[in-house]
Amino acid sequence: MTSEYLLLLLACMVVTIIPRVLPFILVRNFTVPEPVEKWLSYLPVCIFTGLIVENLLSSSSGGLHVDWTVLAASIPTLLIALFTKSLLTTVLAGVFLMAAIRFFF
Amino acid sequence: MLGYISIGLAMGVVGVSSGLSIAAVFFMSLLVYAGSAQFIICAMIAAGSPTSAIVLTTFIVNLRHLLLSSALAPKFTQYSLLKNIGIGSLVTDESFGVAITKIAKNIPITDRWMNGLNITAYTVWIISCTVGAYAGKWFPDPEIFGLDYALTAMFIALLILQLQTVQASKLRHYLFLIIVMVVLMVLLSAVMSSSLAVIVATIITATVGVVTNNDK
Repeated sequence: MTSEYLLLLLACMVVTIIPRVLPFILVRNFTVPEPVEKWLSYLPVCIFTGLIVENLLSSSSGGLHVDWTVLAASIPTLLIALFTKSLLTTVLAGVFLMAAIRFFF
Repeated sequence: MLGYISIGLAMGVVGVSSGLSIAAVFFMSLLVYAGSAQFIICAMIAAGSPTSAIVLTTFIVNLRHLLLSSALAPKFTQYSLLKNIGIGSLVTDESFGVAITKIAKNIPITDRWMNGLNITAYTVWIISCTVGAYAGKWFPDPEIFGLDYALTAMFIALLILQLQTVQASKLRHYLFLIIVMVVLMVLLSAVMSSSLAVIVATIITATVGVVTNNDK
């Protein structure tokens, strides 16, 4: 492990902590108005959807395209999440599904 | 909470397969502590990207924490500034997911509960990543085992758990917003990095949500 790598980690640490902590410092000085609170309440669903779509899309030199193996694994993963409502079961089943899809195709 | 272990193990395996040592994976988990960013850092190191590009990408990927923390911060204003900084510095997608699910069910949360959640998650994360790095020595190609998919599966589970807390009458509105989000993601990803697309699409969709929200 080089000092250059440690420096990289420290820089990444700083840019990770700033957005995490800033709202906790700012929010103390004023109360959040109702529309903003409403806006904030939509964030989790939007972010999770965004992160899922991000993983479904892959960009290459040929432009943007759907990663079909990820999509093929995600549909049953979604159903498992709906029925089990369990984080761990969903992750384990998802990983297993992905391994199976890569094995057979 | 157990979801962390599988992601952490996957992270360790991916780290080692990207050419990092076990110690390097340990320090990354200790200092950076950000699931998706760590996967991206590993991928960029493996691709030989310059330090500046890695740091900038990490910043963009983690900018969404600004949104997560903004949603949590109003619940902790009665505590000291130092406690707030402590809570904020350990906010992740997953601890946020657990906390916001409680908040959505109107269960009050305290600083001690949040710290307990954060510190447990942080410890479990570091241990899982390090164990994963050890295991990585035996799995030279993690993609064969589908481990790289763990993070996506986790986000799917978190989305479903989040939707479960939504009132039945509002579900249609949420499904509409999900469609808006998907369309925006596809359009924006064509013109900007996908990490930035997540941030921009989220800001637009949440605004659409407020504008189209018709309950008073």
